[in-house]
Amino acid sequence: MNNEVSIVINEADNVATALCHLKAGQEISVKVGKKVIFLTLKEDINVYHKFSLYDILKDEKVYKYAQVIGESECYIDSGRHVHIHNMRSLRG
Amino acid sequence: MQLKGFRRNDGSVGIRNKVLILPSVACAAETARIIANQVDGCTIINNQLGCGQMGSDSERTINTLIGLGKNPNVYGVLVVGLGCEVAQAKIIAEGIRESKKPVKVVVIQDEGGVLSTVSKGIEYACQMVQDMSKEKPVKIEISDLVVALECGGSDPTSGLASNPSLGLASDMIVKNGGTVILSETTEFIGAEHILAQRACNSETAADIFKIVHNLENEVMRMGGNLRGSNPSPGNIAGGLSSIEEKSLGCIYKGGSTPIMEVVEYSVKPKKKGLIIMDSPGQDIDSMTGMAAAGALVCAFTTGRGTPVGNPIMPVIKITGNSISFESLSDFIDINAGEILTGKKSLDEMGEIVFNEIIEVANGKRTKAEIFGFSEISIWRCGISV
Repeated sequence: MNNEVSIVINEADNVATALCHLKAGQEISVKVGKKVIFLTLKEDINVYHKFSLYDILKDEKVYKYAQVIGESECYIDSGRHVHIHNMRSLRG
Repeated sequence: MQLKGFRRNDGSVGIRNKVLILPSVACAAETARIIANQVDGCTIINNQLGCGQMGSDSERTINTLIGLGKNPNVYGVLVVGLGCEVAQAKIIAEGIRESKKPVKVVVIQDEGGVLSTVSKGIEYACQMVQDMSKEKPVKIEISDLVVALECGGSDPTSGLASNPSLGLASDMIVKNGGTVILSETTEFIGAEHILAQRACNSETAADIFKIVHNLENEVMRMGGNLRGSNPSPGNIAGGLSSIEEKSLGCIYKGGSTPIMEVVEYSVKPKKKGLIIMDSPGQDIDSMTGMAAAGALVCAFTTGRGTPVGNPIMPVIKITGNSISFESLSDFIDINAGEILTGKKSLDEMGEIVFNEIIEVANGKRTKAEIFGFSEISIWRCGISV
């Protein structure tokens, strides 16, 4: 069985995807390539939703699959839910 | 596993044997339905178009109806017309006859009413079903298969589990000489550079950029913004934040082989291998276009879950979301979410999906097929007039 609570698809990514419902204040470890990152979640993350691995500055690109999936609309500190409220599509 | 199918007069191969009752226009659809309901072995297309159309829009509708009739899963066709429509039954019948299959026509205004049309239509359909029943399945190869790829009700598990699994299966089909069609141009936006790098030549790469560019121009012309439409409210609730994120997950289902050709909506590919069709992200429009291009079976990934099927080709549902599979297992065939829970590896799941496509091609019925789901809609490019 897989005990990971989240997945990072590529080490170039700055977001992870939750594999189960995660709680604010939860301390988790995330595998990023060969590294392991430890972080505390700032808010609840629904299953399959994304959270920031690092601090993301306003207007910084958001990466998943090592590709740009959008741009942040505000400063997003690590462990935050990243979704339509704080990132925008560059194509939509 | 030895594959069996039906060899048609034009040399093409089908994996199902159906008589198609094809209304040329929406006005004949109910009459056609009465005929189809009466005769076992028939399938019907619920055509909502065929009149009040012009130019490239009516041309596309007529070509799509002809393509659906020509699909090798169809043994023979009864075209049911009204008489005064733009999509004339006789023109559609003539187009389908190029494939040398049995085609009959009944026209409501010529037959003197619905009752005589139904009576004659049933007579024709009964004869066709009896002739069809004498067809013997013959040995066919994976290289004869044309697989439509589709995703609908996507969520982040689509890009993590179901589409990568289907991508491996697509590669296996192509490596065995078969054809797979990747569609939904909307869901190339933000991922077109990756697809273009995989094009077999610079012309095909340019075609990939062109269809995405044309679509984006059309969205702008409509004063539009994709957000709220694609990704849809369900995509967003599931965790997809942008069309780029959705697209990057979507294209996994095409696998990793070179893209051989870009075809227009409902147009039959000239080449084998991985083909791109210009079609919208609307699932039913897209599946209809691929069936009209000769796709025999559809592999459909879903995160949120959708029950849709197709009247011409069996549709296999694959989810990457174990929660959806638990609650919606009556219409989802495969749970690729087992990759995310660590029960299966991606390679194992690719094998499972490939084997399912082969088994379904060999006659195993999918859940959507057993329910009799047979959605059809044709992608429009014009206004009703």
